[in-house]
Amino acid sequence: MSRGTSYRLANGGAIDRSRPLSFSFDGHDYTGFAGDTLASALLANGVRLVARSFKYHRPRGILSAGSEEPNALVELRAGARREPNTRATTAELYDGLDALSQNRWPSLAFDILAVNSLASPIFVAGFYYKTFMWPAAFWEKLYEPMIRRAAGLGRAADAPDPDTYEKVTAFCDVLVVGGGPAGLTAARAAARSGARVVLADESFALGGRLLAERRTIDQMSGVEWCSSMTNELAAYDNVRLLPRTTVFGAYDSGTYGAVERVSDHVAVPPDGTPRQRLWRIVAKRTIVTAGATERPIVFGNNDRPGVMLAGAVRTYINRFGVAPGRRTVVFANNDDGCATIADLAAAGIDVAALVDTRSATPRHIADLAARLGVRAINGVITDVEGRHGVKRARIRTTDGASLVVDCDLVAVSGGWNPNIQMTTHLNGKPRWNDAISAFTPGDLPKGMSVAGAAAGEFSLTACLAQGTRAGAAAAAATGFDAEPIDVPTTGDEHVAISAFWHVEGSRHKALVDFQNDVTAADVALAEREGFRSVEHLKRYTTLGMATDQGRTANVNALAILAKLTGKSIPETGMTTARPPFTPVALGAFAGHHRGHDFKPSRLPPSYDWTREQGGILVETGLWMRPAYFPRAGERDWLDTVKREVETVRRKVGICDVSTLGKIDVQGPDSIALIERLYMNGMTTLKVGRARYGVMLREDGMVMDDGTVARLGEHHYFITTTTANAAKVYQHMQLARQWLWPELDVELASATEQWAQYAVAGPRSRDLLSSIVDPVFDIRDATFPYLAAAELTCCGGVKARLYRLSFSGELAYEIAVPARYGDALWRRLVDDAHALGGCAYGSEALGVMRIEKGHVSGPELNGTTTPSDIGLGSMASKKKDYIGRVLGGRLGLTDAERPTLVGFKPLDRAKRLRAGAHFIARNAEATAANDEGYMTSAAFSPSLGHWIGLGLLRRGPQRLGEVVRAFDPLRNEDNLVEVVSPVFIDPEGARLRA
Amino acid sequence: MRLACPCCGERSLDEFTFLGDASVTRPDPSADDAAGAFHAYAYLRRNAAGPSDELWFHNTGCHAWLVVTRDTRTHEILGVRLAQDVALARTGNRKDVRETSA
Amino acid sequence: MAGQSYSIFSVLREALRGHSGWGPAWREAEPKPRYDAIIVGGGGHGLATAYYLARHYGIRDVAVLEKGWIGSGNVGRNTTIVRSNYLLPGNIPFYETSMKLWEGLEQDLNYNAMVSQRGILNLYHSDAQRDAYARRGNAMRLHGVDAELLDSAQVRRMYPWLDYDNARFPIKGGLLQRRAGTVRHDAVAWGYARAADRLGVDIVQNCEVTGFRIEGGRCTGVETTRGAIGAGKVGLACAGNSSRVAAMAGLTLPIESHVLQAFVSEAVKPVIDGVMTFGAGHFYISQSDKGGLVFGGDIDGYNSYAQRGNLPVVEDVLEGGMALMPRIGRVRLLRSWGGIMDMSMDGSPIIDRTPVDGLYLNAGWCYGGFKATPASGLCFAHLLARDEPHADARAYRLDRFASGHMIDEKGVGNQPNLH
Repeated sequence: MSRGTSYRLANGGAIDRSRPLSFSFDGHDYTGFAGDTLASALLANGVRLVARSFKYHRPRGILSAGSEEPNALVELRAGARREPNTRATTAELYDGLDALSQNRWPSLAFDILAVNSLASPIFVAGFYYKTFMWPAAFWEKLYEPMIRRAAGLGRAADAPDPDTYEKVTAFCDVLVVGGGPAGLTAARAAARSGARVVLADESFALGGRLLAERRTIDQMSGVEWCSSMTNELAAYDNVRLLPRTTVFGAYDSGTYGAVERVSDHVAVPPDGTPRQRLWRIVAKRTIVTAGATERPIVFGNNDRPGVMLAGAVRTYINRFGVAPGRRTVVFANNDDGCATIADLAAAGIDVAALVDTRSATPRHIADLAARLGVRAINGVITDVEGRHGVKRARIRTTDGASLVVDCDLVAVSGGWNPNIQMTTHLNGKPRWNDAISAFTPGDLPKGMSVAGAAAGEFSLTACLAQGTRAGAAAAAATGFDAEPIDVPTTGDEHVAISAFWHVEGSRHKALVDFQNDVTAADVALAEREGFRSVEHLKRYTTLGMATDQGRTANVNALAILAKLTGKSIPETGMTTARPPFTPVALGAFAGHHRGHDFKPSRLPPSYDWTREQGGILVETGLWMRPAYFPRAGERDWLDTVKREVETVRRKVGICDVSTLGKIDVQGPDSIALIERLYMNGMTTLKVGRARYGVMLREDGMVMDDGTVARLGEHHYFITTTTANAAKVYQHMQLARQWLWPELDVELASATEQWAQYAVAGPRSRDLLSSIVDPVFDIRDATFPYLAAAELTCCGGVKARLYRLSFSGELAYEIAVPARYGDALWRRLVDDAHALGGCAYGSEALGVMRIEKGHVSGPELNGTTTPSDIGLGSMASKKKDYIGRVLGGRLGLTDAERPTLVGFKPLDRAKRLRAGAHFIARNAEATAANDEGYMTSAAFSPSLGHWIGLGLLRRGPQRLGEVVRAFDPLRNEDNLVEVVSPVFIDPEGARLRA
Repeated sequence: MRLACPCCGERSLDEFTFLGDASVTRPDPSADDAAGAFHAYAYLRRNAAGPSDELWFHNTGCHAWLVVTRDTRTHEILGVRLAQDVALARTGNRKDVRETSA
Repeated sequence: MAGQSYSIFSVLREALRGHSGWGPAWREAEPKPRYDAIIVGGGGHGLATAYYLARHYGIRDVAVLEKGWIGSGNVGRNTTIVRSNYLLPGNIPFYETSMKLWEGLEQDLNYNAMVSQRGILNLYHSDAQRDAYARRGNAMRLHGVDAELLDSAQVRRMYPWLDYDNARFPIKGGLLQRRAGTVRHDAVAWGYARAADRLGVDIVQNCEVTGFRIEGGRCTGVETTRGAIGAGKVGLACAGNSSRVAAMAGLTLPIESHVLQAFVSEAVKPVIDGVMTFGAGHFYISQSDKGGLVFGGDIDGYNSYAQRGNLPVVEDVLEGGMALMPRIGRVRLLRSWGGIMDMSMDGSPIIDRTPVDGLYLNAGWCYGGFKATPASGLCFAHLLARDEPHADARAYRLDRFASGHMIDEKGVGNQPNLH
């Protein structure tokens, strides 16, 4: 068959012949029409060979006309928009569409790896497990790289996806999954009652099989009826129609995931339009009207281009006006498939034979064949010939005769499988139905019903009736009274089937799972080797694990396995369908959460100023924290941080500490709650004073540290570390609401309500005296270390002032309502400059806390006890508190536990690094000699060399000892001296200045 | 999965944070066997396959702790109560029950 | 022909006769009235335990009882990663033993489980994370495990197409263990089953344990759906369901069952060679030999026996995925599934005796059980055979929570859903 011959029928089809579209496949240019899929357009152009199979690289054509397609997968688009494994059968044609076949080299027609087919006697199911074991080193070096290169189908794009995705959540009373006849009637019945309805269908036009069949409903053609239904539904305010939308998964509490292909039918999404949209649909009731999928019959070479599902043949003829071949053999075990001869004849396509697997063809089919002059045969196709396309079919009649019939198309139908996937996503078990030889829905999740073909009702009359009933029932269940609606009327039809699965005896490969190249012989081999449970079969042969999840394969395989084991199909079992129903682009799940928008950014009040100054920000959880503020002439971050530290220690510095968690505690029982939360005593805390506190988890480990300020008789204000703000707040709420609900106390998170700045250094009081309103006396005598006050600043702005020090200097923290944060920061910066001071960031803050031996994140890592970090003596002996009892366990009180100490390099020029492990000076570097590790390290401008904090076994008893700081990852092994963790001002004279 | 918060109504799973078993209660820390009782409280779990009472926090909502009764085999939500109400009822200290539940 | 050796030669020989000579990979055994040892649970750990009992400890009168089909639990529901990049001394030797057993597995079992050491790279995005990985990597090196700390330039050379320039949390570097990798998960169960079977172990499928026979504080056998079976010793290896099974023996465990989802994409030509974990979100990924991107993230976060999860975690995982590797946006998710994890109270497993004599426990594997399979089998077999812990599993005591000797890698305490 030469390329370019038009297989487009002269008439018919729901395509727009006035809108030709040009496209290319494998570099050849073709033309199709609006309303085509890539598959229908390729068929119209006589292109039959479109793909190669996964393992044997067998030539493949188009099997289906829907999302179940296992063969016709292509790379669609190019460059950063290249999408591998796109089904030609669902890709809408657009002008300029560019597609390539995949998994072949050098070309589709001549594929070197088709030699795999020659070796196929070796490459049977599971052969990998039996070989490639010798020599052992060859697996990663030789065998596996070879296998990896050969595997995979299409190629992912090399560059970031340039398109956008978005997510929405929708709520409705009734969700209808699938817009075929049952779905349309269900949606209409529910919509007329006033219920909020969402109707989703994977195709770009509503109607499902009706678009593909020559049926009449209410005196209209199927296509006309669909469009009138669509128009009616579109007119309702309470209906949302979602074409091009696949409901892919059922989740708990009536939540469904769906993906809308918003712009996949155009070359590039229009500006401001996403490529796809992820819908989270919350439905009170759901009606699954997802239709059914036709299954092939397993016979020799049944995967050759030109073997097509009978329903797909009808789709291409009736919906797309395309002849999928010139001369056809129809091969079926059921009335519906047999009746395909009528559609073929109507389209003027030769029917060479009708092969019915049944020993007795029903009267009406025989009559039809006779009327059309079609030769009807009771028998089977044993195999077909023609490598790149069917040329003839070999037929074995029921009475044993053999004949060969020339043809280029085999329309095959082994019956239909209801699309029950959605009913099993929540672990529902399907039921076998002998009448239709297929699985139908079993117990359904709450709120779900099934109607039409998905429920195993294959006649149109039944679909229309069931859909109408299900729609009305679902609406009624959500409180809407549906008026009775007349069920649309249509003619009779025959849907009888007699189970038939596998034509045995062909010497050719008989494919069960097309895409994964699983043959009937593979199923038999698996059975022989004991892989007899359906899960074993699936995993051993890879059956059903391709991109179609075995929609055309699984039941055939089960039937073959059942026959081999002598069991029935339901006894043999059924694998569970897992979401998604059809594959969904990964980008759709992420939505806009990528790049800078991966997570929200929390911006502290000094953020704008920091950006203006060229300050360096660092990600701290969700916060963007100012890290340091470089000035001209500074060589690197260390230069800057040194200058900032020195300025604080000599003059004054200001630092944005607004990221600290802040919790307001009020009520008469405030102190009772606080006492149970902190391990140290808080009862003696007076109004106007603050105190450092340590909170434990119930298991005795340190949870967090921070300050408690008492602002009033029953009013406390707590700060937490930046990292633990949310955790501590939740923990406090648990204590208040659950552990001690009788306490009369309320909590509120106030982290974002207050801008808070540390003002530190010998000149900090001078700086603040120009900020705090003059009526407030902040001299040392009246506002000593650990004082706390509510006051005003900058001429009446409400403020809170705490005399706290993390740096070890005379220091304060001043807080104002967040809306004044930017203004106060700028004022503080200006005034600090006047005093020779500067802003400092989290880096300098970190250096100064290490110089003072204050613990922070690296020490509060969830596995340290208060004693481990030198705070054991703070624990109150007079009260109970969270963590006290379990903190007394042997393992937590062991004197051998690594404990916080400081470190100095013996050679002062050496750099220290957190993460180094401590080994005794003369001991070998082994796990047995591991005595702890460096938690924090910094260059101390005050001391002029690197210092560190770390947890060392019996550390405090080893001051003065020299140990190894062993860091093989960075090729370092330094001798360090064990010292007190407080490097600066151990007496605390400066902070009390 | 969706939880019906007594304060806020039915909300999506991503608004809530799970803590764990609500059937364990904090023992008396002054009891003689406090160490053993706290070990059981903190570490041993019934872990039932079936209806279970669980503590959930309405993190991006009202900040209420909830006792959610949920079937761990099916994820079906069988009931949601304010943890504070449950705790007050348990201790028999009902005089302070505030009317916060829907 | 059960017991036929696997090699390229036997495959070729069989190819010539249509593979008609292969017999079952393991016998479908009928349960005997009594065994020296019964392993409850035909997953990876149970089958490995039986194999090592027979192979290393000479105990061959062993039955593995599986309520469904072997390998239908977590051994076939994971993301196939093997690694020994642990932090704490209680864990590192155990997982390194496991790694070494993986390295010799195929020759040991005569079964190609496709152990593929293509490396694992844990990315870090902050100085604090770098320091934590330095601590971990140095701990690994002290235990003789391979580890390298990479800076961002080195990571960029390995994977130039990650999002470096537009990232919310820039990649600062990574901790690399080159010997880590992936193993074909189902093949592990089948390989151990076949090898154990060849040593005489009975693998009894569709045999659910419904109770324990406990006489005078000693476990003397089990009740099953296929009748009572006596045993000298009974070992539980049914992670995911440990609490349910142990409850039948009157035990309450420090374990919660949680669901962990995993994902695979459509097969594509090679994108990523080794395993990678994102340090700024919950996302890890590798690519199977077949071409599917295999990835996962955090557990759903609530107790569950349902073997399936919900959408928020799916979205969370893919947000991490797209933040890290925006080129995969148009690759499609093929399938998602859920497994039930035994989440222990400190994130580390339990291999120990129980308060019931003769009843032994192998449980609490969290989401790390797959990589542990060989060592878990070996150490559990050792415990069953010798009645004392294997040197590499000494820390995995059941009473460690009472004594305060938790093995808490993450430092989140007694909250299983955070481990």
